[in-house]
Amino acid sequence: MTVNLCGIELAHPVINGSGTFDVIAARRVFGAAVDEQFPFSAFVSKTITIEPRRGNPPPRLFETAAGLINSIGLPNRGLAEYLREELPQLATLPVPLITNVMGSNADEVGVLFEALEDRGEIAAIELNVSCPNVKTGLDIGSDPAELSTLLAAVREKTTKPLIVKLTPNSANVALVAAAAEAAGADAVSLINTLRAFAADPARPGEAWLGGGTGGQSGPAIRAVALAQTVAVAQAIDLPIVAMGGIATAANGRQFLDAGALAIAVGTESFRDPAAAGRIGAALT
Amino acid sequence: MTIADSRVQAPFGAREVAVTTTEQIGPYRVFGCRDELGPRPRAGQFYMLSSSDHWGAGSDERPYLPRAISVLAADDDDLLFVIEVVGPGTERLAQLVEGDGLQMLGPLGNGFSAPDEGARAILCGGGIGFVPLAMMQQELLTAGREVTALVGFRDGAHAAGARLIAGAQVATDDGSVGNEGLVTELLLAELDRDSNAVIYCCGPPRMLDAVRAIGVASGAATQLALEAPMACGYGACYGCVVKAADGSYRRSCVDGPVISADELAPDWLAVGGAK
Ligand SMILES: Cc1cc2nc3c(=O)[nH]c(=O)nc-3n(C[C@H](O)[C@H](O)[C@H](O)COP(=O)(O)OP(=O)(O)OC[C@H]3O[C@@H](n4cnc5c(N)ncnc54)[C@H](O)[C@@H]3O)c2cc1C
Ligand SMILES: Cc1cc2nc3c(=O)[nH]c(=O)nc-3n(C[C@H](O)[C@H](O)[C@H](O)COP(=O)(O)O)c2cc1C
Ligand code: FES
Repeated sequence: MTVNLCGIELAHPVINGSGTFDVIAARRVFGAAVDEQFPFSAFVSKTITIEPRRGNPPPRLFETAAGLINSIGLPNRGLAEYLREELPQLATLPVPLITNVMGSNADEVGVLFEALEDRGEIAAIELNVSCPNVKTGLDIGSDPAELSTLLAAVREKTTKPLIVKLTPNSANVALVAAAAEAAGADAVSLINTLRAFAADPARPGEAWLGGGTGGQSGPAIRAVALAQTVAVAQAIDLPIVAMGGIATAANGRQFLDAGALAIAVGTESFRDPAAAGRIGAALT
Repeated sequence: MTIADSRVQAPFGAREVAVTTTEQIGPYRVFGCRDELGPRPRAGQFYMLSSSDHWGAGSDERPYLPRAISVLAADDDDLLFVIEVVGPGTERLAQLVEGDGLQMLGPLGNGFSAPDEGARAILCGGGIGFVPLAMMQQELLTAGREVTALVGFRDGAHAAGARLIAGAQVATDDGSVGNEGLVTELLLAELDRDSNAVIYCCGPPRMLDAVRAIGVASGAATQLALEAPMACGYGACYGCVVKAADGSYRRSCVDGPVISADELAPDWLAVGGAK
């Protein structure tokens, strides 16, 4: 089953969740096998910001029942280094590239869109809206009105297909998805990690993670992800890329049956980098 | 100083192998497995391991992720691992018996590099940290190099592990076996005798930091094997970082686990490194 995601041909329905697979590191570890056995039908970059980010201090990981809380903090080398250093290395992958970006306001997102616009290697943009508004402290993507305003200001700045990655930490994800559709998104992806707290086993009341709070991923969030996928599929007509705890082809099938066009594998790749390839083959 | 890249690349994807041998040595569980698919690893490299069955729903409803485990010894088809039980993942790995299935990804990470021509190697281990050093010792002895092994254990029961590292001088916290005190005291004495030696260290964070400081202060080339908690082991999650001397965060699974002492930030332990 090939998939047409906003005009991009995918050999099977399984792509990666942003920030859960690093092609450049994987080539150091596994060599040419990464490209020869590439598990995903498109590659989504980790979130790129204008300025470089170091990410959060460790510890960054806390294992839970069937999942993981992370507080990585979106480390990346910044837009300029991404374009100069990383993109040429990603461009040799055997699959289309989707670049995930985040900005804290419309100006920043506009700069990012414009910088990617004439890079033909990039097939689509995924906009991560799980970014706190500096003024309100709320995630931009948790409020339909705020998301509409942002998208209205930046939509014209790119001709590439625009996938809006929704946050699950909103009161009503269907309303946010409808706002994205109305403001010109070409697709939505969901879910990002669920806000979570890891209590330090040795220090009652204290945070384990260096970044304070974190985001839960893995099978522990699958049922929530499925519920949000069902709700969004009923609310909008755009293609949906669904994710959250997908570990098997049977899991993935449930998201496709719920109305997703494609699915993404994130945390399961940590347990086995080849997992998504198996799931993709079984769903093809 | 950066250490030369010393890694053997892994097959892409986790593979299943069978446990072939098990042995209990004091508190340590040693097991072997037959890995026909994988290449022979370098000392200091590690594998991500989980059991094929019943991985999960142990204490704390974990483990979920595979666990990073160093290799003790390897030939073309067989690998030996040593486990110290500290939580649900190591508990499950220590329960494996002959014939059980093991999921493995590896070899992973950057291993130890040989010392410069003519320089002696001093191996300095703490507790389960003796494992990668024992493999390095065998590599160096095979190459005809001069090696001194020092290992610290918390007590006499754990000192049973010294059986797995040939001719080691042992220190125990309680003095029940070998020297009473810290292994770093043995290290300082050895460095006094031979300031040209290269230090190889693996052990708990506090000990690793003490050896880092000794290495930096003495100017002796020092290779540290880090044991930061990991989710993936192959650079995908950015979870295993340690603070580097330039203030950046480095992934210990791909830029390490072996890194040079002067590449680690002096305050790495305070910035999450102790956990
Ligand atoms: C490169 C490398 C090589 C290693 N080699 C070996 C080896 O050869 N042999 C060996 O026995 N061990 C080795 N280790 C250590 C081993 O990986 C850990 O002991 C193991 O992962 C612990 O898992 P656990 O489930 O048994 O215990 P956990 O409970 O997961 O971990 C123990 C510690 O983690 C913290 N912790 C508690 N709860 C959580 C949680 N929910 N999430 C995250 N952390 C938590 C606490 O500080 C606890 O004391 C190595 C580690 C690395 C990185
Ligand atoms: C370690 C880690 C890093 C992540 N980094 C990003 C990121 O940079 N940008 C982003 O949009 N989502 C990021 N995510 C979210 C995933 O892409 C995905 O939405 C989420 O983990 C749910 O899928 P899963 O349960 O299959 O992992 C990250 C998730 C994890 C676990
Ligand atoms: S353990 Fe995932 S990046 Fe190192």
